[in-house]
Amino acid sequence: MASIKLPTPLRPYAGNSAEIEVQGATVGEALASLVGQHPDLRAHLFDGEDLRSFVNVFVGEEDIRFLQDLDTPIQAGSRLRIIPAIAGGRPI
Amino acid sequence: MDAIPVLVDPASVSLSHAEIRRYSRHLILPEVGVEGQKKLKAASILLIGTGGLGSPLAMYLAAAGIGRLGLVDYDVVDESNLQRQVIHGTSDVGRSKLDSAAATIADLNPHVVIEKYAVPLSSDNALDILAKYDVIIDGTDNFPTRYLVNDACVLLGKPNVYGSVFRFEGQLSVFYARQGPCYRCLFPAPPPPGLVPSCADGGVLGVLPGTIGTLQATEAIKLIAGIGQPMIGRLLLYDASEMSFETIKLRKNPNCPVCGEHPTITHLIDYEQFCGVPAHDHSTYEEGRTPVRAITVDEVKARLDAGDDLLILDVREPQEWEISLIEGARRIPKGDVLRHLDELPRERDIVVHCRTGIRSADVIRALQEQGYTRLYNMAGGINAWARKIDPSLPVY
Repeated sequence: MASIKLPTPLRPYAGNSAEIEVQGATVGEALASLVGQHPDLRAHLFDGEDLRSFVNVFVGEEDIRFLQDLDTPIQAGSRLRIIPAIAGGRPI
Repeated sequence: MDAIPVLVDPASVSLSHAEIRRYSRHLILPEVGVEGQKKLKAASILLIGTGGLGSPLAMYLAAAGIGRLGLVDYDVVDESNLQRQVIHGTSDVGRSKLDSAAATIADLNPHVVIEKYAVPLSSDNALDILAKYDVIIDGTDNFPTRYLVNDACVLLGKPNVYGSVFRFEGQLSVFYARQGPCYRCLFPAPPPPGLVPSCADGGVLGVLPGTIGTLQATEAIKLIAGIGQPMIGRLLLYDASEMSFETIKLRKNPNCPVCGEHPTITHLIDYEQFCGVPAHDHSTYEEGRTPVRAITVDEVKARLDAGDDLLILDVREPQEWEISLIEGARRIPKGDVLRHLDELPRERDIVVHCRTGIRSADVIRALQEQGYTRLYNMAGGINAWARKIDPSLPVY
């Protein structure tokens, strides 16, 4: 069992959870497990089968783009996180 | 990690007796000392924005004895700024932020030379303004300006001390393409406007930009004085609600369009078009999205008074309902509207409103895709209603 930490902007689409336990042996499987549990997240993370280009996924301290992308292997206890682009607190 | 590059030459400056008294706690600090303090005095820093991040930045950098501070801001002080923008005071409301900030800085440290730029930073002026400074600090609140600052820093070979805040979260890094990754290496493309979940509810804990702004000031001083390990190639993630600080590694992207091996961006571009959003309130950029039909608060009031069968739909967040409400409005937060279509009749006119009219326009576009046609966006949102129709309500 690994976990994925969500940034604040995505938490409303995951029942306001900050960290979600996920199944899977790769980053891709873990993300599939995540959107399986919280289907509203899918549109924010994926464009079809591909991760959206502005979605940054890290395993521990490392960006999966510099590992094996969605094929990056993970272990039980791995901590994944999604890093959001945030610009400021401008209200609308 | 490479050594910090030398950004300033202290040989041209000296410290007066008054400055030695003022900076004594730096001078007795071995890592700074006279040499380091002279570097700070010889240095110039450009602060883009004198808001939440810019306030602590300007105050600490001025107090620390930075020789020349450039400030970029075109805005005036608003009451809603005072919760976090501590360089401005209650008596400054309505005054230009530059004048207000300059007065605070002059009182903190009269040795600092202040240069004011009362313009929105743009592709036309950014290179000229940034070129005059050793270190650039990004304290803006929108994506177009962040990409603009990044690209201008890469093209000019300047370090960009980056900080960003949202609600309870903050980020910090030093983007310096000569030594490491740039902002685009991490964020190659901005989130499209319709998919930024954050725009549903902005807001920021008032002390959060204080924390991140002081960390940016720390990094700027380290860069100039050549102290310790700068945040080049690292991103700090601060979560105030958990009080956690975590650091992740950033790498230079060899395919980065601006700092990679074969750059395709070799001059500044149109950043509002790139991000699909306006950069600031004075922008003439219009989002390339379908306009929606608007209705004024006066028309809404007249139709309600005439007994029209209007449905008022309030798509703000629950915490905003505590601030102000239009009586009789159906309340469904923007993110939940599509799950409650059964509560929204297609055969009635629906007036959608939020705080100022932007979220409600998004909701209308989403409802139009569901086949709704009788939709009106209440111009100016509930704040306009509070100003013109029901002054008993507060504006926020």
